[in-house]
Amino acid sequence: MFPLSSSIEFTVGVSLALALLLGVGFGFCLERAGFGSARKLTAVFYLYDMAVVKVMFTAIVTAMVGLFALSAIGLLDLRELYLEPTNLAAQVLGGLVFGAGFIIGGYCPGTSIAAIATGRKDGLLFALGMLVGVYAYAELTPGIDAWIKATAQGEMTLPSVTGLSMGWFALAFVAFLLFAGWGMSRLEGRYGYLRPKG
Amino acid sequence: MSHSIAESRLTGRLEAVPATTSRPYWNPYIVGFLLGLVLLATYIVTGRGLGATGAFSSVAAAIAGWLSPEHAATNAVHAKYFNDGAPLASWTLFLLAGAFVGALASGIHGQRVRWTVERGPHVSDSRRLVLAFVGGFVAAYGAKIAKGCTSGQALTGGSILNVGSLVFMVSVFAAAYGLAYFVRKEWL
Repeated sequence: MFPLSSSIEFTVGVSLALALLLGVGFGFCLERAGFGSARKLTAVFYLYDMAVVKVMFTAIVTAMVGLFALSAIGLLDLRELYLEPTNLAAQVLGGLVFGAGFIIGGYCPGTSIAAIATGRKDGLLFALGMLVGVYAYAELTPGIDAWIKATAQGEMTLPSVTGLSMGWFALAFVAFLLFAGWGMSRLEGRYGYLRPKG
Repeated sequence: MSHSIAESRLTGRLEAVPATTSRPYWNPYIVGFLLGLVLLATYIVTGRGLGATGAFSSVAAAIAGWLSPEHAATNAVHAKYFNDGAPLASWTLFLLAGAFVGALASGIHGQRVRWTVERGPHVSDSRRLVLAFVGGFVAAYGAKIAKGCTSGQALTGGSILNVGSLVFMVSVFAAAYGLAYFVRKEWL
């Protein structure tokens, strides 16, 4: 039954209208969380405000539990969901480079849009840097894509690698979130002196 | 706070209204839950999750196409986003267009829309803007190598326990925590 895309062929117009609609929810959540502000985002790396981890982790766990529950009652076919092939070397290297860009630039690609929407000039510069960056990647190092494809391990999920059901991982992630939530509130108390005044 | 607002009304100086008139952000666990529902809805409807970097790649392909359609169609990276000459009809680009509207609505409601630069007190606006551009460039390269960013890999892949996405997420945080000390003057 779900995903809808497996049974319905969306026209381009409908597909793009859905993107706009889902995007409104996406952007609303990002700004509501404070992710239109680079200082709020980078606060997570100085431990005085862990909102980034709280929001991301809660979102991941919510979607994970939802996907598992829908597939357990037979409404959703998990095999129909797109899975980006794993390439461990590329994801470690790309992740490290991306993390450097995040702490230097103060945003990630999605949050820079929330920043621009609320008038942050630095968000605009980050997005311009992103655009020049992806352009440079295409022009200067198009060969990296071929290397990533040739060396990828392929589709890998924790359930497929371990043989354990997605439900066990969902349970473990929920338990970890509760524990981490307690730990993060302690961290925020300890490093609260770094929090900007006013 | 109410005192200073009254004062600014008396003097008629709008800029005297303190920045603290913004409404507080929502509880991160509640927003996280809502964001998770958006992600889940995206999966249920499209079979794919969220993404953001692809929108930038589509715009880059469009610019390349304006300069030279043949080049955009033959370059190995641009070609993936060129979409037979309609690179701007991109799902992720429309997602981000919607995100702009959603963020603006939230920002207006929260009284947080202002033309300003986000930075710590020990860095100048111009230096911060240069660093924002540099950071964007670096993040773009990272996202291209990792085949996704915080949206496409961390959130989307993380929720279906994609091994590469989880590895990406750990690497992002490792690098940022490792470098945080060296760029602290930009933020603290």
